[in-house]
Amino acid sequence: MKAAGIIFSNIHDSTVPELTSRRTMASIPFGGRYRLIDFALSNMVNSGITKVGVITHDNYQSLLDHLGNGKDWDLARRTGGIKILPPFITAYDSAAAGRFNSTRLESLMGVMNFINRCTEDVMVLSDCDVICNVDLASALAAHEKSGADFTMITAKVNTDIQPLDSHTEVPVIDEEGRVIDIAEYSGEQGDVTICADIWLVRRTYLQRVVNDAISHGHKSFYKDVIARNLGKDKFYAHFYDGFFARINSLESYFRCSMRLLDPPQRTSLFYRRNLPIFTKVRNSTPTRYTPEACVKNSLIADGCVIEGSVENSILFRGVKVGKGTTVSNCILMQDTLTGENVRLSCVVTDKNVVIKDGRELCGHETMPFYIGKGVMV
Amino acid sequence: MIRKKECVVMLLAGGQGSRLYALTSKTAKPAVTFGGKYRIIDFPLSNCVHSGLDTVGVLTQYQPLVLNEYIGTGLPWDLDRNYGGVKILPPYQGKSGADWYSGTANAIYQNLQFIERYDADYVLILSGDHIYRMDYAKMLRYHKETNADCTIAVIDVPLSEASRFGIMSTHEDGTIYKFSEKPKNPDSTKASMGIYIFNRRKLADYLIADAKDPSSSNDFGKNIIPAMLAAGEKMMAYSFEGYWKDVGTIDSLWEANMDILGEHPNLPLNADNWRILARHDNAPPQYVGPRAVVENCSITEGCEILGTVRNCVLGKNVRIMEGAVVEDSVLMGDTIVYENATVRYSMIDHDVKIGKGATVGKARGEAKGIAVLGEGVCVGENATVADGAIISE
Repeated sequence: MKAAGIIFSNIHDSTVPELTSRRTMASIPFGGRYRLIDFALSNMVNSGITKVGVITHDNYQSLLDHLGNGKDWDLARRTGGIKILPPFITAYDSAAAGRFNSTRLESLMGVMNFINRCTEDVMVLSDCDVICNVDLASALAAHEKSGADFTMITAKVNTDIQPLDSHTEVPVIDEEGRVIDIAEYSGEQGDVTICADIWLVRRTYLQRVVNDAISHGHKSFYKDVIARNLGKDKFYAHFYDGFFARINSLESYFRCSMRLLDPPQRTSLFYRRNLPIFTKVRNSTPTRYTPEACVKNSLIADGCVIEGSVENSILFRGVKVGKGTTVSNCILMQDTLTGENVRLSCVVTDKNVVIKDGRELCGHETMPFYIGKGVMV
Repeated sequence: MIRKKECVVMLLAGGQGSRLYALTSKTAKPAVTFGGKYRIIDFPLSNCVHSGLDTVGVLTQYQPLVLNEYIGTGLPWDLDRNYGGVKILPPYQGKSGADWYSGTANAIYQNLQFIERYDADYVLILSGDHIYRMDYAKMLRYHKETNADCTIAVIDVPLSEASRFGIMSTHEDGTIYKFSEKPKNPDSTKASMGIYIFNRRKLADYLIADAKDPSSSNDFGKNIIPAMLAAGEKMMAYSFEGYWKDVGTIDSLWEANMDILGEHPNLPLNADNWRILARHDNAPPQYVGPRAVVENCSITEGCEILGTVRNCVLGKNVRIMEGAVVEDSVLMGDTIVYENATVRYSMIDHDVKIGKGATVGKARGEAKGIAVLGEGVCVGENATVADGAIISE
């Protein structure tokens, strides 16, 4: 059964305004060298998908820069490959400006042309706010076997580690794996099974329900399309039990980044057999540790120069830690430069931040101190 | 459509590199890993790209599999061009027979067609066994300005070491009047770097004549250069200053690796204006554990360090388990050093396993030489590999 992918790059942007003020959710840097879209793309590519449409809305320059021609995911192809699907605005129709695809359903309506031209049997829809390494090939096999119209990937989360928003969709699943209802999260604590924001939909079914929604003037994918058809069509759940994190605030970004410092968690995300996570290749040098360097429990990308101390932190590519500087519980994004004798604790720096000699900055795990892109302290 | 290229590069990459022993039993020397995430050939290739030369023929012969796969379409160096770019040139069967490359000159001779295809005026000949950064465009300008038939890049070496190199004796204006291969009593300190620029037609004439001479060993240093000198062609020496290292031996390869370390490395790799380009893998970032000690090291992606590493260069996906100590060593990649093993003053190829409690090599001051482990070697638990030992499988 052949499948094509659709990635929603902007949905959920508003949940992390600090990191998305100048980029899409899809291009939020994560884990030292990745962007969030890498997980959605790698999941698709690893299952044999060779055609992926990326729906963009606004702020997507950084995303285009990251994706390039798709070569790094093996998606630079004559046939298929990566297709950027920006908003479609008709010339001279000024009324359209500012009201294009603000919801998931409207996004889908806007890309019906892409979907109609696909010949694949299944469309895989994925958001970019989740970090996981799903074996979609086996999900697709289950989808085919069950004869489902719609298969939702679900994951179990613990609310202590992964706090949930009140509007998180919580599916109700019967013993046969059918989704019988979808409710909003009601505040219960402990383990909760939620939708992983990845869906497998039979293409003709998707075309039918979206066209139906267009003709009825519907707005919401969940409330108007899924909820209305739950009882009568075949909706199944496919459970995923590997590393799963959803980013819905700066704090959750900080917490799920730090989970990568735990070896079993890192293994279940990055080292699944035959399921590598791909990302854009940058020509970084190896990281150089000087004789004075002292590094403990940290994840460090290539291209860094470390002359000071680093503890419980994540350093992206090209970060410099100066002499006498101490970095603890921090996330320093690409090309952050720290001078000498700087002290940083629970700080998140965006790209190209410069911290001059002797500065001391401190946040807290529940409220990391965020420094915006290109700021000099 | 064929368009003219002013200068075509021919990169000699067929050498076996027999003095690197175990490291080249399965790969050609230019494909040997350097500095954790590079191959030796990345240096001349990157130099070409930064010098604006985009047509490169890579002459392969010995164990070309890894090298061919590594170069691929040339994408990492932006040499996947519609016209020009990097091309692998293995020995082939022609109308009048098939031959291996019998020498460096013969390799170029057999591929004169490739050069003629681009209607090149100049041919730059490089080898794949040196670590250096050089702007070939400057050398080409010098070659044109001096109206030379052949220009040879030279570097000043200490007089005491001059007898290890091919030495150029020059007049004040840079004209070469004598070339002596490894002279006992050198009268100059200008060593040939194995980098030549020829006028294409001159080169073709000499190669054709050389091919007809059955007594020739078809080598640039032994035959072509002396023949051109004897015939009175205009030969110029182009002086190069900067880092340059022949990595033809285990010791020199180890030293060159160590040159990327330190607070102010002799060979700084992160210079922005002349970045060495390489094919990269998609490994996660490196992880340094809670009890790890990492001092004066160069470490690349996919590594997991739980033990102690000092003065080391680690390639991708190297794992150093708890209690293991690795010092003064080069680990090329995909190697695991298990708990409480000790590795000192060693050079370790890809996919090596060093068992729990094993000992490889001795401390640098006491060792007879560098211990070398070839690709895929497994050292058993509590086993010992002597200092200076070379184990290929």
